[in-house]
Amino acid sequence: MPAISMTVNGEKVCGDVEGRTLLVDFIRGNLGKTGTHVGCDTSQCGACVVHVDGKAIKSCTALAVACDGVTVNTVEGLAKNGTLHPMQEAFREHHGLQCGFCTPGMIMAGIDIVKRKGKKLKEETIREELEGNICRCTGYHNIVKAIQAGAAKM
Amino acid sequence: MSDTGIGARMLRKEDHRFITGKGRYTDDINLPGQAVGYFLRSPHAHAEIKKIDIKKAEKAPGVLCVLTGDDAAADNIGGVICGWMIHSKDGSPMKAGPHPVLAQGKVRHVGDQVAVVVAHTMAQAKAAAEMINVSYNVLDANVDPVASQKRGAPQVHDVASRNTVFEWELGDKAATDAAFSSAAHITTLDLVNNRLAPNAMEPRAAIGSYDAGEDHYTLYTTSQNPHVARLVISAFVGLAPEHKLRVIAPDVGGGFGSKIFIYAEEVVCLWASKRAGGVPVKWVADRSEAFLTDANGRDHVTTAELATDSNGKITGLRAKTIANMGAYLSTFASSVPTYLYATLLSGQYNIPNIYAEVDAVYTNTSPVDAYRGAGRPEATYVVERLMETAARELGMDPAEFRARNFVNSFPHQTPVIMCYDAGDYGASQKKAMEMIDYAGFEKRKAASARKGKLRGIGFSNYIEACGIAPSAAVGSLGAGVGLWESAEVRVNPVGTVEILTGSHSHGQGHETTFAQLVSDRLGIPADQVAIVHGDTDKVQFGMGTYGSRSGAVGMTAISKALDKIEAKAKKVAAHVMEASESDVEFKDGTFSVKGTDKAMAFGEVALSAYVAHKFPTSEIEPGLKEGAFHDPTNFTFPAGCHICELEVDADTGVTEIVDWVAVDDFGNVINPMIVEGQVHGGIAQGVGQALTEAVVYDEGGQLLTGSYMDYCMPRADNLPSFKLGFTTTECPSNPLGIKGCGEAGAIAAPAAVMNALTSALGVKDVAMPATPQNVWNAMAHLREAAE
Repeated sequence: MPAISMTVNGEKVCGDVEGRTLLVDFIRGNLGKTGTHVGCDTSQCGACVVHVDGKAIKSCTALAVACDGVTVNTVEGLAKNGTLHPMQEAFREHHGLQCGFCTPGMIMAGIDIVKRKGKKLKEETIREELEGNICRCTGYHNIVKAIQAGAAKM
Repeated sequence: MSDTGIGARMLRKEDHRFITGKGRYTDDINLPGQAVGYFLRSPHAHAEIKKIDIKKAEKAPGVLCVLTGDDAAADNIGGVICGWMIHSKDGSPMKAGPHPVLAQGKVRHVGDQVAVVVAHTMAQAKAAAEMINVSYNVLDANVDPVASQKRGAPQVHDVASRNTVFEWELGDKAATDAAFSSAAHITTLDLVNNRLAPNAMEPRAAIGSYDAGEDHYTLYTTSQNPHVARLVISAFVGLAPEHKLRVIAPDVGGGFGSKIFIYAEEVVCLWASKRAGGVPVKWVADRSEAFLTDANGRDHVTTAELATDSNGKITGLRAKTIANMGAYLSTFASSVPTYLYATLLSGQYNIPNIYAEVDAVYTNTSPVDAYRGAGRPEATYVVERLMETAARELGMDPAEFRARNFVNSFPHQTPVIMCYDAGDYGASQKKAMEMIDYAGFEKRKAASARKGKLRGIGFSNYIEACGIAPSAAVGSLGAGVGLWESAEVRVNPVGTVEILTGSHSHGQGHETTFAQLVSDRLGIPADQVAIVHGDTDKVQFGMGTYGSRSGAVGMTAISKALDKIEAKAKKVAAHVMEASESDVEFKDGTFSVKGTDKAMAFGEVALSAYVAHKFPTSEIEPGLKEGAFHDPTNFTFPAGCHICELEVDADTGVTEIVDWVAVDDFGNVINPMIVEGQVHGGIAQGVGQALTEAVVYDEGGQLLTGSYMDYCMPRADNLPSFKLGFTTTECPSNPLGIKGCGEAGAIAAPAAVMNALTSALGVKDVAMPATPQNVWNAMAHLREAAE
């Protein structure tokens, strides 16, 4: 099995993986970081979104071996020294989550939207940009509000 | 009102773990030595199993065991059951076919579980499953519920001739027929309530673990009601008695009904763990498996009629419904198209005569059971589509037609069992009309027309029966269980509190709202309250979460236990403060003696109760812990008015919802922020049903919507922001005055959308989901008129 190494949430990690191992399985299975979720098998739901070298990707669609040497950030790496990331705080403040399952992907996608589109986000922009993230609980109403508020504070 | 008491918009206590990635869902749990279970599923909708050859698979690398239906039979593993008995009009009991945990002799839908492979890794299990040789005798499939009762239709179960589970009725047929005979006007609609996949974002999962040393099983599962799962697996499947089975439902990523039911995979993981020598067996559904095997919702075909007199008053309602049950009767399937449906056909209106007939049928499709709203969305769809259509046919404003027929004195006994206890339907409609500027609609419609858009507006004045439910009442209607709830309040010596509840939270925010109740009652901060749920070893018993019951029933049980805590603490405080018990008052977390400056904080009294130095333990037991069971005295009746405004692009058939107002009456509200979130999510699911979602099988019973590529979940850009308002009539049947809010949006929304859409297009009906193609087809008359 190929050996790979990468930096995850600032820590150097390594492991042996099969060629077919997905990045999400490496993160959840090998590293035990279970904040990143799997909600579908067709890259539609976005529960598995992480940042690879600063860009949001769906970790269910990347092979772990293809991510050798990259820098990965997951939801577990957002809070620094016990202080929540503004996007995490905004989801809490605006009740942007209910069951919590899509939430890590939503937060990671939200941060990525801000990186690409700036801190002043229109409702319409956020709704369009969330095309790759599905939530079944919130009707998106409060997620949109949370991302808008989180963006302004980033 | 304190920051953490009843009515406060308190932020959720559970959020921290979810936003930091520390939630603990079933798939996040890994037990030492754990193996995986992989289910070989039927590729056919309907087939006899002639032979299953597992020899090669058993010897494949990494395989611990391969089990089939024959093994289950040999081990006396019973099937899963339907827990609600319905009788047909002729008095005969419903025809429930067997539902083995692994197929025996026959498969009845694509995805039916045929065998399980237990192996060290998923790759090994899948490779071994490829080596299982199943020879099938493929049979014709029965897919269309309407055709399923016809002569010659393929028979799904031998016990159910004409594929008919029951032919049930409710109401007075003769009186209703008489009302129709003398009606001034009759409105008729043929409606299809489309089949939906619940799609909780967390797929179902289970870990079964058998401890040979203790002869004891543990099941981790994605359940809305772990105690009911334990009861069924013990008493009906017969795997192990209840004291030898622990069921844990940790964080659960949404349910919407689909995780109420007891599924075969849960049983198989437990049993397979024993067969594999005590190795824990984990199964996690992938999304395709979820589409194949999660119980679906809705799937009714209905002809409905409304009779009115010459004054625009309703004189009768008739409905004939065919309800698709799928291939097996799921846990509560039979109650959904009967007592959760036809009992709500009076809507918010005075309808003196109602008669409903429901035929439940088997088809070679996955089972259908409760999905958010469960029967009540179907009823609301019938009633509210009839109301809007009748108003148009009578040339009346739909709001005025509704107002003329509202129930406005309470209690109100409908002709279909329910007794509405409180409500003000006129108030919610009036407020909703103001919020959406109903008067200004024609102007907005004209403005839309100038942009080439067809604008429509539609009402949905729903009512639901929640707080499910008085045990004796549901027992008389066929329920196999009582629908009370239990609670235990454990006060620690330092005055912090643990609440053990039989309700289960999978997104509803119980850790917050239940703590708010305790904070309010005991005068302690909400962060000194922990809510314990979802573990049969911790919580003694409970009926779980569905039917918007956790507030009205679950919290009332907590409230009753808190009454007992307060009463005992008063006794303790009286002794410690050397006062008469009748002179002790409790307010804002302090026990004080009337007319003196003697006072003790709640925490001090708790400590005194445990130290037990200053009261006679022969009269008062040490400690401070109380439990209660609450059985509701009536259903609760949340109701409200939703108004949808939408635009249709005449060139493309694309529908865009441009405004949405929801005015709901949920009785008293514990946390408005959480209640609003429930409404948002419910509306989104209802809009999904109306515009995007449908489970589709082809004629051979192959599922065409087996992934998110084919089943269109509503995305953020399919939905607007919602405008919410509230009116309040307190619920008289529980001390908190709560009615429940979890299902309202999903119940109200489909009719609101379709009333708006048919108003925009000037047509009687459009099939749900109103995809651009369906809308385009419905606009043919407009294109012809333009030519």
